Amino acid sequence: MTQAFPFSAIVGQDDMKRAMILTAIDPKLGGVLVFGDRGTGKSTAVRALAALLPEISAIKGCPINSETAKEVPDWAELKTRTPVTRPTPVVDLPLGVTEDRVTGALDIERALTRGEKAFQSGLLAQANRGYLYIDEVNLLEDHIVDLLLDVAQSGENVVEREGLSIRHPARFVLVGSGNPEEGELRPQLLDRFGLSVEVRSPTDIDERIEVIKRRDAFESNPKNFLRRFRPKDAEIRDRILTAREKLPGIETKRPVLKDCAQLCVTLGADGLRGELTLLRAGRALAAFEGDDALHRDHLRTVAPLALSHRLRRDPLDEAGSAARVARTVEDVLG
Amino acid sequence: MTAGSQVWARAQLALELFALDPARLRGVTVKARAGPVRDVFLEAVAGLPGPVRKVHSGMGFDALLGGLDLSQTLASGQVRLRAGLLDQPGTVVLAMAERCPPDIAAILAAKLDTNPDLSLIMLDEGADPDEQAPQTLRDRLAFHVELDGIGRLEAKPFRLAAHPVPRHGSRSAKDVAHAIRDLTILAQRLGINTLRAPTFAVETAKALAHMDRRTVPNDADIQSAAELVLAPRATRLPEPEPAEEEQPEAPAPQQTQAQDDRLPDDMLIDAVRAVLPLDLLDTLATGGTPQAKGSGAGQKKRGNRRGRPIPSQPGRLGGQSRLDLIATLRAAAPWQKLRGRTGARLCVYPSDIRLKRFEEKSDRILVFAVDASGSAALARLGEAKGAVELLLARAYAARDHVALIAFRGDKADVLLPPTRSLVQTKRRLASLPGGGGTPLAHGLKTAAELALHSQSQGMSPTLAILTDGRANIALDGSGNRAKAGEDASQMARWIRARGLPAIVLDLGTRPQPALAGLARDMAGTYLPLPRADAHRLSDALEQALDHGLGA
Repeated sequence: MTQAFPFSAIVGQDDMKRAMILTAIDPKLGGVLVFGDRGTGKSTAVRALAALLPEISAIKGCPINSETAKEVPDWAELKTRTPVTRPTPVVDLPLGVTEDRVTGALDIERALTRGEKAFQSGLLAQANRGYLYIDEVNLLEDHIVDLLLDVAQSGENVVEREGLSIRHPARFVLVGSGNPEEGELRPQLLDRFGLSVEVRSPTDIDERIEVIKRRDAFESNPKNFLRRFRPKDAEIRDRILTAREKLPGIETKRPVLKDCAQLCVTLGADGLRGELTLLRAGRALAAFEGDDALHRDHLRTVAPLALSHRLRRDPLDEAGSAARVARTVEDVLG
Repeated sequence: MTAGSQVWARAQLALELFALDPARLRGVTVKARAGPVRDVFLEAVAGLPGPVRKVHSGMGFDALLGGLDLSQTLASGQVRLRAGLLDQPGTVVLAMAERCPPDIAAILAAKLDTNPDLSLIMLDEGADPDEQAPQTLRDRLAFHVELDGIGRLEAKPFRLAAHPVPRHGSRSAKDVAHAIRDLTILAQRLGINTLRAPTFAVETAKALAHMDRRTVPNDADIQSAAELVLAPRATRLPEPEPAEEEQPEAPAPQQTQAQDDRLPDDMLIDAVRAVLPLDLLDTLATGGTPQAKGSGAGQKKRGNRRGRPIPSQPGRLGGQSRLDLIATLRAAAPWQKLRGRTGARLCVYPSDIRLKRFEEKSDRILVFAVDASGSAALARLGEAKGAVELLLARAYAARDHVALIAFRGDKADVLLPPTRSLVQTKRRLASLPGGGGTPLAHGLKTAAELALHSQSQGMSPTLAILTDGRANIALDGSGNRAKAGEDASQMARWIRARGLPAIVLDLGTRPQPALAGLARDMAGTYLPLPRADAHRLSDALEQALDHGLGA
């Protein structure tokens, strides 16, 4: 694996960066969907964020990256339980992956060679406490996406197959990216992503030049480049860590709750997931910005991220739902 | 130098540059039919440093990505893993890239992103403009060369010279600053949206400089880089730079003088214009890059013929059934000790046999044939468009496929091949102009052909014909009203013979008996809609559809 591009060196794409930082603060937000043009740094951002996050401590060799020796599952059959630190896991989910590979299945090798029934953990186990990244999520088979979203939400992977009955924690942040021109995601699935971001190629020529310049500098001399951006990356990391600590103490007043509800009702978002995500995202943003309570301004910033994919949308409305959300936010919050 | 040999020289240069810096330039798309010219090119490809391996899009995921080598494992009694082709360093040659399904393309793309030692030569044999190698991959490769049109004698065999690997450490960012600026601006003006293109162009300029043993790319390098990387990606002809964009530069004349050697943008643009693909104007006319056959979840070709795999079941082999090897081995595995297995030989009993099962579910496809002739345009084209849009919205909810055909003037055109992408459908529909004669027969023929084609791919098509019925252009393009009507009813009977379900929507202000007859001829439903608005139209159509399909 090559060195990741520094997160703070990504030019523009503020919404995407903000959404990713929010999920790093509150992993329970439930995933980010990044839809947009090719070559806009979608995959770069995910890999960069993971590299930015602090290392986690985990039991060596544990298939689910357990933090303490107690949490190591029996089926892992670990002999030693020494804690080590390792980078936040980022697992790539290839398209065309089978269900076996995702959830884990009977360990065929062991069954064949030794006649033992053992569990071979899958990608969900590997991604525990980290990120699961799916490029071109709109091309992934629907039943796999269903399964992923289900696990992402419950935080637990349940395997009932081939006589195995195993459950293990699988808490990860799901990041999906794709290009809408190649096919769309079913509305049912859209709704289950916590945040969604639409990215576009920058149109400003100076911004474009800056992107190419940084990319070139990075490719020609990664060491220098990383050194240049290390302080900024560290600053973001520290802010994320402080925000994580602050998050439980963020105060939420009744009027703000009402604003949340009013926004969702006016937009006609189905279900209550919209409100919940809006609230969570708002609180994470408040924590990130060092505030003690959730304000309207926070809601205003996160509303497009949390709501634009939840509208009962007119599939032919090309302007995109982000514009509609922005309008409604204007109306409701003033 | 002839035109062909110029093209050949560029192709050769592209390959040489790629060989120089495969880690940054990632690969070459070669668009050419199989033939002697391509063979000469491939001979040179075989001379690339490092292993060159061939893959094709029919390869399974386990071959590409690696996995358990079952036969080795069974034979040795130990776990033997097989490395995936894409995990090994070297150049991969993807044959028949225009048929590459989107999932394989995505895997290749992901591997190209994460494995810098892997590079790709993509052979695109697409004959039609809508047959193309997947855009995801083309975007990730620096070069695109077209070998068609080069004569055999113009294609001089060449060998890749051994150059040292480029060293970039010694050069400062300032050296490439103007290359970056020029190439990025040019990319923007050529309508190239992706930022990968200018990145590749800059890398190409650097590689060109390196080829000459210089560290700083000069103007000639920038120009060649623009020709090689940007020209094939152009989506629009550069228009002259607007005046207000030039003004910000005017207050800083000393800077311009300092970089006196900079070539003006216009020269760059002229250079690119000279090598722009000839069919660019055609693609522009149809509105953007033609959609690749293999791309888009909208056309899941496998889905229908095989269906989604569902858990396998015990059964006996033979006849049509297919063995699910893995499931069979899984069933046998836990019993090996009990069955007294000795050595590496596996004891599989007939009761272990598992058969593959697939869930077959055919997707519906709605083929709209819309009359865009002058008479219909006057009357109801707007409403027809509205109805189609509403139906599209519902088709989206039901995950139906949609195709759009418009007939006007002297022929019918497929505006939109079967797709689920609403963004595209909407765009094409909105830009549908009206006017001209009514080539009803040709419209029916095109619609039926498309429907049959999609049927062969396992979908269940339905034709929806929206017309006002005044056929006045015959199949051969002549303006003979009587013959036009005859041709139309003949096509209608042909549609019936093929068993394609159809609906005829009468857009005329008064119901046309001729259209009722046409519907009868194709054994379809006839819906006169004298005063329908878009909503009623789509309701009626949907009812008829559900009824007609028994759904």
